[in-house]
Amino acid sequence: MCALKTFKLGGVHPPENKHSADRPIEVFPIPKQVVIPVNQNLGAPSSPLIKKGDMVTAGQLIAKGEAFISSNVHSSVSGKVLKIDNMMDQTGYKRMAVVINVEGDEWDGSIDKSDDLKEQITLSREEIIKKIHEMGIVGLGGAAFPSHVKLMIPEGKTAEYLLINGVECEPYLTADHRLMLEKGKQILIGAKILMKGLGVDKAIIGIENNKPDAIKHITELAKEFDDIKVQALKVKYPQGGEKQLIKAAVKREVPSGKLPIEVGCVVNNVGTAFAVYEAVQKNKPLIERVVTVTGKTVKEPSNFLVRIGTPLNELIEKSGGDKEATGKVVSGGPMMGKALNSVDVPVVKGTSGVLLFKEDESVRVEMKHCIRCGRCIQVCPMGLEPVLLTQLSERGRWEEAEQEMVMDCIECGSCHYTCPSGRPLLDFLRLGKAKVGQLIRNRGKK
Amino acid sequence: MFLLLHTCFKQESDGSVLTNIKENKEVNDVLIFAVVSLSAIGVSAAVILYVVAQKFKVIEDPRIDIVEEELPAANCGGCGFPGCRNFAEALVKKASNDNSIEGLNCPVGGSDVMSKVAGILGLEASEQDPLIAVIRCNGSRKNAPKKVNYNGPSSCAFAHALSSGENGCPYGCLGLGDCVVACDFDAIHMDPDTALPVVNNKCVACGACVVACPRDIIELRLKGKKEKRIFVSCINQEKGGPARKNCSVACIGCGKCVQVCPFDAITLENNLAYIDYEKCKLCRKCVPVCPTEAIHEINFPPKKPKPEVKAVQEVKVEKKTGDEEVKKLVPVTEKKEPPAPETDTEKKKIKSNI
Repeated sequence: MCALKTFKLGGVHPPENKHSADRPIEVFPIPKQVVIPVNQNLGAPSSPLIKKGDMVTAGQLIAKGEAFISSNVHSSVSGKVLKIDNMMDQTGYKRMAVVINVEGDEWDGSIDKSDDLKEQITLSREEIIKKIHEMGIVGLGGAAFPSHVKLMIPEGKTAEYLLINGVECEPYLTADHRLMLEKGKQILIGAKILMKGLGVDKAIIGIENNKPDAIKHITELAKEFDDIKVQALKVKYPQGGEKQLIKAAVKREVPSGKLPIEVGCVVNNVGTAFAVYEAVQKNKPLIERVVTVTGKTVKEPSNFLVRIGTPLNELIEKSGGDKEATGKVVSGGPMMGKALNSVDVPVVKGTSGVLLFKEDESVRVEMKHCIRCGRCIQVCPMGLEPVLLTQLSERGRWEEAEQEMVMDCIECGSCHYTCPSGRPLLDFLRLGKAKVGQLIRNRGKK
Repeated sequence: MFLLLHTCFKQESDGSVLTNIKENKEVNDVLIFAVVSLSAIGVSAAVILYVVAQKFKVIEDPRIDIVEEELPAANCGGCGFPGCRNFAEALVKKASNDNSIEGLNCPVGGSDVMSKVAGILGLEASEQDPLIAVIRCNGSRKNAPKKVNYNGPSSCAFAHALSSGENGCPYGCLGLGDCVVACDFDAIHMDPDTALPVVNNKCVACGACVVACPRDIIELRLKGKKEKRIFVSCINQEKGGPARKNCSVACIGCGKCVQVCPFDAITLENNLAYIDYEKCKLCRKCVPVCPTEAIHEINFPPKKPKPEVKAVQEVKVEKKTGDEEVKKLVPVTEKKEPPAPETDTEKKKIKSNI
């Protein structure tokens, strides 16, 4: 372990509230019915391969992603397909999903369900990328970007570092922390596989200093591998953003509008590394993930290993969430998560946590006028001027917002968190990003 | 220069001009030089300006100014051009190129202005029936009760981007009034009881609210003879069950109106009925068959055997008819749902919650 590092520009220190940090990962019972949205990743939607009434097994491919940035979706349970219909997703809007009534727990024959550690990496680089694509692995940090796309390095670029993101800078969430403590070895093998897939010989695992047990554990395990280094990082939000992590760990800055590969880095979450290990070594598609259920109205904040498609409602019930006292349910962390319209929505590949707020915590402070204190500019980790961008967004001046680099916003919410006037800066920025994104896409079409 | 002139005048007042000038020969030289050089600059500048003016002369049709004067000068953009001047230019250009002004219409001025403009351009205006903005949602607080509280920024654009709305309907009105802000003509207001926008007679169909609505709820429809209109007050494309779950007056796509329409004016697409206002002959056969009362008729005299329920937000379109409609509403609500006084208390309750 070497000296603590961090990124320079901006950042905030929200209270950590990691209530579930000492709760081991619990395998969540298989629900009676699962709802699996066919589009769970960033990019193009996948098309379903099955039809109503079909019998499926756990791990069976049910939707295939055909576009370049898209990924496969597998059934997380065995049972009968009840319907393929538009079902409510976490935004409250309806998207196409497969509803499966669970019958037993029959797994696809090719999957190795045992717990034995398989260290030998036998597949070649191309085979690894193909496998990751087939198994529907997406980034489990939250954005759900298809992992195989990250491994396909565009021509003319070379990767130098693989960064494994174990920062988990979001308050409350502990899924990655627990995974590092319990599946450390698998994560390291996953990292080795990713390194082979990328063709790099250096990997850095970045962990924030508020998880000393995880740093110690992973450092201990990483001694075996001389090419994997553990980097402890000073606690600062949003260190888990890939651009911030690159800046902190290797002191490189990703240019505006470019991907990390531009500076020779590829960042993957620890959860993704574990999923890659399972996909490549055990032939197991991404059908379950670790989800933290926490908050002040939850009796037993827990970390569950949940099948994709399980209703959030069941997670909340299992961990003793007090529905009466809860004012707001958020999918994800408190900084970047989205408030839910309904708890009858399924866990998807990008769900890292379910967070319950008390009634009084859940009401936003009254929005007052901007006092031009400039704190949002001070804390912006991307060096933007949130105050200016929100004004442009409020007035619908999208072209100017584009010039002011609204698309560089990583939606970390630091500005919103720090604003003394309680202005919903992040909402304005998100709207601005959506509108400017539309403009850019329309321009591309012409 | 000033000083020089000053001394010159001083001297003039003293004696004859000639002798003084002779005495001050230096001053004389400077004066001549100044006058000559200034006139030379003036003449050359005039020549340059004249040449440039001739070279870059913009020949503008004088009719543009005359046409512009006729236009309402609202600069609302309802015609599809940024302002009235641009519209006048487009009119004159089209008139001289195609010898017609078909396809161009000023929704604010209506056929009056268009016929005047056509007169100026020596053409005949095609009669355009006036349009009006229609709100195709009846998800009031009573019909579509709130399920969650939204306390983000008070704008439909944000609410639409963040979630599916307080009542859960992913198609319905969010009730935060982006259309009201967009309206330049004071023609659209929020009804505090229903939390839905209300369009009044000031509407000129400029279409600003149609653009402002993130959910495309507002449609420009034919104003109709004596302002009689029939439309489906719902744009929910969900299947019947899920649609009714969020809103009691949603179109469930049952198709009864399609069967009953003698003019094939109603189409059913994506579980949603749509009445083509150009084909609709306002026969009103579709209104009573709708099981969810999603089809609204406005400004019709009451039918005797079965009084119909009207859209709450449209009641206010015209005060006289509005009052009649409210009177009509009472017996219907008494029959079907709790009696009228109770609905009043209900309304009060909801108000206090807000």
